[in-house]
Amino acid sequence: MSEATKPVVKDVTTMAAPVSLKFRARAGKDLSRFLRGMKERRIVGRVCPSCNYVYVPPRGACPTCGCPMGDERVLPETGTITTFCIVNIPFEGQKLKPPYVCASVLLDGADVALFHLVGGCDVNDVRMGMRVRAEWVDEADAELSLETIRYFVPTGEPDRPLAQIREHI
Amino acid sequence: MKQRCAVLGIGQTHHAAKRGDLSMSGLVREAALRALEDAGMTFDEIDAVVMGKAPDFFEGVMTPELYLADALGAAGKPVFRVHTAGSVGGSTAIYAAHLITSGIHKRVLTIAWEKQSESNAMWALSPKYPFSPPTTAGAGGYFAPFVRAYIEFTGAPEHIGWQVAYKDRIHALKNPYAHLQMPDITIDMVKNSPVLWDPIRYLETCPSSDGAGAMILVSEDVAEASGKKVAWVHGTANRTEAILYPRRNQVLPRAGSDCAKALYKEAGITDPKREIDTAEIYVPFAWFEPMWLENIGLADANDGWKMVDAGDTMLGGRQPINPSGGVLSSNPIGASGMLRFLEAAHQVRGTAGEHQVEGAKKALGHAYGGGSQYFAMWIVGAEKP
Repeated sequence: MSEATKPVVKDVTTMAAPVSLKFRARAGKDLSRFLRGMKERRIVGRVCPSCNYVYVPPRGACPTCGCPMGDERVLPETGTITTFCIVNIPFEGQKLKPPYVCASVLLDGADVALFHLVGGCDVNDVRMGMRVRAEWVDEADAELSLETIRYFVPTGEPDRPLAQIREHI
Repeated sequence: MKQRCAVLGIGQTHHAAKRGDLSMSGLVREAALRALEDAGMTFDEIDAVVMGKAPDFFEGVMTPELYLADALGAAGKPVFRVHTAGSVGGSTAIYAAHLITSGIHKRVLTIAWEKQSESNAMWALSPKYPFSPPTTAGAGGYFAPFVRAYIEFTGAPEHIGWQVAYKDRIHALKNPYAHLQMPDITIDMVKNSPVLWDPIRYLETCPSSDGAGAMILVSEDVAEASGKKVAWVHGTANRTEAILYPRRNQVLPRAGSDCAKALYKEAGITDPKREIDTAEIYVPFAWFEPMWLENIGLADANDGWKMVDAGDTMLGGRQPINPSGGVLSSNPIGASGMLRFLEAAHQVRGTAGEHQVEGAKKALGHAYGGGSQYFAMWIVGAEKP
């Protein structure tokens, strides 16, 4: 084979092939009602007519009983941190600067905890059982999203005993 | 009538952060060929292939079982794919075992794999969900709150996490296939490593690995005709539960305890603490060792950490846990459950090499996945069930 017709050889072992996916998320009618409440800075849960558990965000059907969910119930903006994690690790696509706290917050009167952010205090001061309230974004910035709650901040009330929260981790 | 099933061949890759020398096809082939060699078989003799891996979006290759069929000699044969998130390696082996116990096939190749160097699991597990705040931060971000709850509710001292992390890396030094080889590891190194997801430290966390694990499962007649020492399947169980419902116990999930109960019943085990000689359980973060010991009844409630503290779970201890080094030393996600299952089989065949638990007659393999939702377990024995 002459030099001119020789194939060019390069040692290729991997090839980056970026892919992307654009999608439009539909919240569905039950979650949409909750999100409209968020835009008005109200927390709207729903009650299962069979087991009486209060879900927030609400679902179309009760995951415990399987029956269609019943009445809406406006919940207070206060709750208790049942457990949490301090995120110190940086990673690709991260939206917040570490360290920050992600916590399970059991709103007063709810039966399932919300997973949200905690702010307004040092990350090392967050405790299981700590009482918190929703810190809302300004009215003009309110969106059809749980992000209308900027984060939960400590209320300064005494902590709830662990025995009262251990079923809500 | 249910047929007996035996593990005749076992193979795994040398796990590493990056197996740049192998494509995905090469990776599964390395494990499959080792399993076939161990069984004294060739691809031609295999009736069907059952394959598993963690979600396809990790590597961005959809339904990879279709194109990997060629590399596994499976063209024209039944090929099945199993999906159960991180527990998939275990569920895949169980599905393959059922093809034997049901009498459908006599020789099944089962294989699970992951090539984490061609993916970014931390990114894949940290999506920004629509309508929600950015609270996802990888698997560690999901599980750290439950580790915190375990520590808080049991009063376990913090050195338990360090001790499990240290123990599994010491075990890995006896396993030439293990990814992490840290001959200088000390408890102080674990203690002084950075806290990534408080309360989980860096060295209490599993690595990201490329790797695959494979087994040749066969019927009783094939096992006996081989003249080889096999591991007999004594019982298998899968259980699942939803990710969110009121009063869900994510520290000790009901699906995990129900799965263990069903498993012990099928395997005729009445006292798992005494009858099971060793177990390979899915521990991606050190604290999951005491949590799962309690969940599957190898320790009483609140006692899992005491078992660790007493040294019971070390090689040479009362009930060695993860003598291979476990997920904390090698984590090719989809394969991690398969590795637990095949290491259990190694133990009862007496072929585990340096990490052999002396005289092991019954061993348990365990895997979990999702938000502690999917459980897969089996018990294998040196004698026929």
